[in-house]
Amino acid sequence: MAFEGLGERLQATMDRIKGKGKVTEADIKVMMREVRLALLEADVNFKVVKSFVNDVKERALGQDVMTSLTPGQQVIKIVRDELTALMGGENSRINLSNKPPTVIMMVGLQGAGKTTTSGKLALHLRKKHNKKPLLVAGDIYRPAAIDQLQTVGKQIDIPVFDMGDKVSPQEIVTNALQHARDEHLDTVIIDTAGRLHIDETLMNELKEVKGIAKPDEIMLVVDAMTGQDAVNVAESFNDLLDITGVTLTKLDGDTRGGAALSIRSVTEKPIKFAGMSEKVDGLEPFHPDRMAQRILGMGDVLSIIEKAQENVVLEDQKALQKKIKDQSFTLEDFLSQMDQVKTLGPLDELIKMMPGANKIKGLDKMKMSGKEIDHVQAIIRSMTMEERENPEKLNASRKKRIAAGSGRSLQEINRLLKQFTEMKKMMKQMTGGKGKKKNPFGGMGLPF
Amino acid sequence: MSFLNRLKKRFSSNKSEQELEKSGEDQQEKLDDGLLSLEEFEEWEQEQIGYKFKQGLEKSRERFQTEINALMAQYRTVDEDFFEALEEILIGADVGFNTVMELTDELRREAQLKNITETTELRETIIEKMVEIYNRNDALDDEMNMQDDGLTVILVVGVNGVGKTTSIGKLAHRYVSEGKSVMLAAGDTFRAGAINQLQIWGDRVGAEVIRQGEGSDPAAVIFDAVNAAKKRGVDVLLCDTAGRLQNKGNLMNELSKINKVISRVIPDAPHETLLTLDATTGQNALSQAKSFKEVTNVSGIILSKLDGTAKGGIVLAIKNELGIPVKFVGLGEKMDDLQEFHAENYVYGLFADMVDAAEEEAETD
Repeated sequence: MAFEGLGERLQATMDRIKGKGKVTEADIKVMMREVRLALLEADVNFKVVKSFVNDVKERALGQDVMTSLTPGQQVIKIVRDELTALMGGENSRINLSNKPPTVIMMVGLQGAGKTTTSGKLALHLRKKHNKKPLLVAGDIYRPAAIDQLQTVGKQIDIPVFDMGDKVSPQEIVTNALQHARDEHLDTVIIDTAGRLHIDETLMNELKEVKGIAKPDEIMLVVDAMTGQDAVNVAESFNDLLDITGVTLTKLDGDTRGGAALSIRSVTEKPIKFAGMSEKVDGLEPFHPDRMAQRILGMGDVLSIIEKAQENVVLEDQKALQKKIKDQSFTLEDFLSQMDQVKTLGPLDELIKMMPGANKIKGLDKMKMSGKEIDHVQAIIRSMTMEERENPEKLNASRKKRIAAGSGRSLQEINRLLKQFTEMKKMMKQMTGGKGKKKNPFGGMGLPF
Repeated sequence: MSFLNRLKKRFSSNKSEQELEKSGEDQQEKLDDGLLSLEEFEEWEQEQIGYKFKQGLEKSRERFQTEINALMAQYRTVDEDFFEALEEILIGADVGFNTVMELTDELRREAQLKNITETTELRETIIEKMVEIYNRNDALDDEMNMQDDGLTVILVVGVNGVGKTTSIGKLAHRYVSEGKSVMLAAGDTFRAGAINQLQIWGDRVGAEVIRQGEGSDPAAVIFDAVNAAKKRGVDVLLCDTAGRLQNKGNLMNELSKINKVISRVIPDAPHETLLTLDATTGQNALSQAKSFKEVTNVSGIILSKLDGTAKGGIVLAIKNELGIPVKFVGLGEKMDDLQEFHAENYVYGLFADMVDAAEEEAETD
């Protein structure tokens, strides 16, 4: 990612303050400028940024930031809390009507991903809510749009209603509703044509479709990569149609997604779903707290710290560090470390959450799934205590026994032993007293 | 006023808007009948383009100018608050973050150097600096690399939903109306309906479409198309590709495979690789340009959806930070709404009324 996260931005200020022992109001002002720039860089609308920064500043001045030992983290925490609150706190669900059919209308700009999202939503409703959805092809303008919806429908085995592209959307919707009632389909998802929010004729058409369809949910579909214009788009659609929810698409890209904050703050409507892949099941409930962290580009720093503190017993920590230092770290210790790591969550996710992890080359290619950890643990558990303490004792026949015991191949065992040796070498370097090579995950006690 | 005058001279027209709209066919007829010299026709065309830009950018122009004017009214003296407010306006126009910072830093320096204290005095400098930033990479050519004899292969790439297929349709229309024979390659075999969408465009503009079924190998489709185009002596081959997010490694690798396949048939092809960017996209446009540049030799940008309120200030950043020229802009939904892009037109589009106002001011002085 080409962006600097808030954490890194604040770091420079922090370093300057560090020696001073006291944080002044002027320091807070400098930090607020960094907060402002971080949000602007994440595409949050500048007006939204302005009022947001003012709120944060007030809170920061009123709280103990200035006397705190870690003012930077304190500021980050305030920013994160405010951001999460602004984003709506919890995930909110889709509106479903008690009286079928539930009608959902999908609206948005061209290329936002309405048709794809319609399909994903239909599948989601069938899987998670046991609904029988009908997709309605209301985009009569873009060439082959109907075709696209038909194909999507076929892929997920959900019926699609269309009347070709020569009939007005109003008429299509009227007929579609009747069709749904006749066929006892309890959910109708209307895919509409993409339109510019300033196109009056087409926007009025939407209003008329709304009048006919009387939707329970008007879902504004927005590309997560949208820039400053997101506020105007959301505002126009909301003013005209009084939308009830938002789906943010293409969040599997590397955008910060500041648009989410802009949209939320001008419409005060909940963001309900996030499009996470091109696959038909790539629609996930939207989590405001995760989005807040993504916008700040700070990874999930705080929750890693919290998690690690919860899970790693301090005493163990100290004992481990001692072992690393005097080179007596064994496979047995490795095993218990892995147990601790596993309680933190999937490892590759964990690594991604580390601030600065995106800068480490090749990390994205590194795979460490829970399964692989299981395999490694199985191998170690098939060793005797003596072998765990002194891996150099492992000769061919011992290895063969371990392979049979753990159900893993000899190569895997060799690989593990090699990695373990490498790891010990690395630990030696880190604790070698020269202090030049810092443990990148310093203090966390994770020997990876 | 020299700079603004130059801009103005290039685009100004005393004709009313109706006149400009109507005169298109007349002018073509006159040219055909020999009543009009080619120079006169070109001059008229230039006016027409300036007018289109004015039209297409109406909304962004209005807003941008109102904002700048309000800024001048609100902040009479040049100080830090003024620059911060200016930063916000520029960022509001989606001019890239780094470029804005660079621009305002330069203005700060300039103000200090020339001892400018009144904000109105900076008005012209703001415009000038923006054009300057855009023109900085002067070696960049915004002309298309068309082969005078033989086949020109144009590969169109981009993330999902930016308008690749539509832009190809419009490009095809442009080349067909220039009298060239055009062929389309349906390389988006992934998105449902994409092949048919391209087929409809092909039928509309009268261009053959080389296609295989959905889910087939895009490199194979494009390989076939290049061979077919070569065999049939087609002038221009436009290759559509599936939208892909720039952080998906395997999909990006697919693009380099497509590239290889094309140059296997014609060594110096693709002659143009156009990255389509949605003008409503924010800072991520830079990340897109950067990543696509890594796997393909992106030679130009199509900035789509620049009409409406889309601000497209990001073009400044793209050229400034990545050195890729914008070659076409999409200014509307009609077939001929894809325009060649020239920085000065764009900047003029943004500042048209301000240029006029500045000139009036100069006259009354």
